[in-house]
Amino acid sequence: MSAPFMSLYRCCQRSALLVVSRRSLSSVSPPSSVSPPSSVSPPSSVSPPSSVSPPPLHTRFLLYLTQCFYDVEMLQSWTFLQRWKRIQKRNTYYGYTQKNYGSDIAAAYYILSLKGGLRFVGQSEWFIADRRGKFNWAFLDHKDTPLEEVNMNYTDINYRGLDNLEEQKSLRTLSLRGCPEVNDWFLARLHMFEDSLEELDISHCPRITTGGLAALRNLKGLKRLDVSSLPGISSPGVVIILLEEMLPKCDVTANGYDHTLREES
Amino acid sequence: MSTWRRVHVNLRKAHGLFPVSSRRVTQPNTWKYGHLTLCKSLSTSRPLRDDFFKDLEVQLAAMRQKALDALPGSDWSPLKMDRSLPPERADVVIVGGGVIGWSIAYWIKQKERLRGGVRVVVVEKDPTYSQASTVLSAGGIRQQFSLPENICLSIASAQFMKNINEHLHVLNEDPVDLQFNHSGYLFLANEEVAHIMEENYKTQRSFGAHVSLLSATQLKEKFPWINTDGVALASYGLENEGWFDPWTLLQAFKRKALSLGAEQSIGEVTDFKYTSNIATTAEGDQVVQRRIKSVKVQVNNSLEYQPIECAIVVNAAGALSGKLAATLGILLPVEPRKRYIYVLNCPDGPGLDTPFLIDYSGVWFRREGLGGNYIAGTSPEEALEPDTSDLEVDHQFFEEKVWPHLASRVPALEKLKVTSAWAGFYDYNTFDQNAVIGLHPSINNMFFATGFSGHGLQHSPAVGRAMAELIMEGNFTSIDLSNLGFRRIIQKEPMLERNIV
Repeated sequence: MSAPFMSLYRCCQRSALLVVSRRSLSSVSPPSSVSPPSSVSPPSSVSPPSSVSPPPLHTRFLLYLTQCFYDVEMLQSWTFLQRWKRIQKRNTYYGYTQKNYGSDIAAAYYILSLKGGLRFVGQSEWFIADRRGKFNWAFLDHKDTPLEEVNMNYTDINYRGLDNLEEQKSLRTLSLRGCPEVNDWFLARLHMFEDSLEELDISHCPRITTGGLAALRNLKGLKRLDVSSLPGISSPGVVIILLEEMLPKCDVTANGYDHTLREES
Repeated sequence: MSTWRRVHVNLRKAHGLFPVSSRRVTQPNTWKYGHLTLCKSLSTSRPLRDDFFKDLEVQLAAMRQKALDALPGSDWSPLKMDRSLPPERADVVIVGGGVIGWSIAYWIKQKERLRGGVRVVVVEKDPTYSQASTVLSAGGIRQQFSLPENICLSIASAQFMKNINEHLHVLNEDPVDLQFNHSGYLFLANEEVAHIMEENYKTQRSFGAHVSLLSATQLKEKFPWINTDGVALASYGLENEGWFDPWTLLQAFKRKALSLGAEQSIGEVTDFKYTSNIATTAEGDQVVQRRIKSVKVQVNNSLEYQPIECAIVVNAAGALSGKLAATLGILLPVEPRKRYIYVLNCPDGPGLDTPFLIDYSGVWFRREGLGGNYIAGTSPEEALEPDTSDLEVDHQFFEEKVWPHLASRVPALEKLKVTSAWAGFYDYNTFDQNAVIGLHPSINNMFFATGFSGHGLQHSPAVGRAMAELIMEGNFTSIDLSNLGFRRIIQKEPMLERNIV
């Protein structure tokens, strides 16, 4: 058999193995998390659950390609960087708008361009961007009216975008359901609404962990908090009890957790 | 010719089948092994294999020598002889593979113009990090300092940690999870030091740190479990403060630096080779200028050593950096100081909102995990510094110095159990308890990044960047740290931190 055929054959053989194998290729190199000697380490009370599900087929195929070709690796890291830059760009500070139209219009424009929704103080009308990012420009009429309710569900908002909302001193409701970029640092920055914020929804945010929930202590006026289905929380039962203890005036909603005691097999 | 070769090979195969050596062939009782042995005796020369490989080795050695003569400036060779030894040449040798050392390595590799353009070697004595200050620290980060340099370093480091996965992401590896607890520092001050706290607060605000001042009543309202007797003022960090897992940060820096091409070598730096020049100043004084030519790395548990020829040496050896500088005859006022950390269990203690509390008596404590565990400690007085030859924990110290203050400040902690304890070293700067960052004035290729006196871990990302700027670009571009240089030690101008503890 000639050489090109042989290599093609080998390639197919390996990809077949790839499909069969349950183990992700990324775990070939030894894991770096070696704990320090037990005699000196502080006892860690919680251990994160190990995820065992293999990545989807196309991810595994990409991983395989990266191991064979440097170009694919370069391309992947480049796309990773571009994605991050795009998100940072979308969350940039709207300084120009703020200078010309005031901070309230800038905040509203930022929210609408991220496909969110908002309601001004004293208005019953909501301004909501549709699925394709189109919105009603009539919000420009409400100059110097602060925002009261903001709905940022399933948007790319991150801690950098909070710069635009910094002046909103009468924001009462903030909904951040399912935002992929909302993390602990974002929650730590919410202290800017500490006097006004009454309702907060951070359910289904994949990057929130227990360390970030401790930062909600600064929100003194919080009356309703939704922390349902946060996959990053390691022991939800304890965390929710501690959260209720920390925010006694607040009604904490926490659905979507499995509280049943599992038997150790 | 080829047929003759084939015969030879066949004979060698036959030789391999039976456990007979060529020595037996010459013995008289050859016949009892059968005719195969007779065939064997046909081969009069020595086995072909030995010859071939012996020749090959000689040839390769000659080739290596030839390549070495032709390219004297390079230790490149097609065959690496021994990977356990450090390389013979490097551009930058970083002594100390703690979090500072790896951070510098990462930032240098990040800033190099050409991939592989700068050869960085990090020399670490103990790859298990069993006594390293990095992993034995409490892992806190705060912005409540009084020196602008320290405040800026903390803010920059927090900014780095926010985007840690964009900086330290390695392709096909898991993202870095620092396990950051955003709980803030709470400093308490009594009447005497309240005015210092107020000044510090103004400085911190002017540099953009999010800190708030609380009166005793506000403090009681916010944290009902604190006994506010004697407290005049408290300052509380709102953002970018808390604690994280030091081991994760160290490993993330190391993993990324290694993936960018930095090299690690295990061993201890025992000696330097340098050249001296005598320069005369305008006043006619004679000044000795030295330049390090090579660093001698002693391999652990072995007599083997390897000199690394290098252009730049970075002293990031932490608590042992004073000892390292002493081998060059430099007086660096950095010495190890032992600090204890006690793990407490108290089920009735404060909950999720527990800050990193620092009392004006010097006692600190913070939450550890969620199960009612806390860690606490304090700095002993100057005269009662413990012996630094080992890392033994003095439990008496907790009973006498920590617990009384702790229990009077937080009454809930009167009933507690010390479940474990550990000790770690501070790289304590006896001169002014602040970092020494920059070039040595009389050794013109030795840089220092040491003497952090307990806040090296939290400043490591920003210090690494500043050092890389100094090495690669010649001066500080992001944060000006020239006040923290070696010059202040020679001129006896301390940069003291005006803090309560």
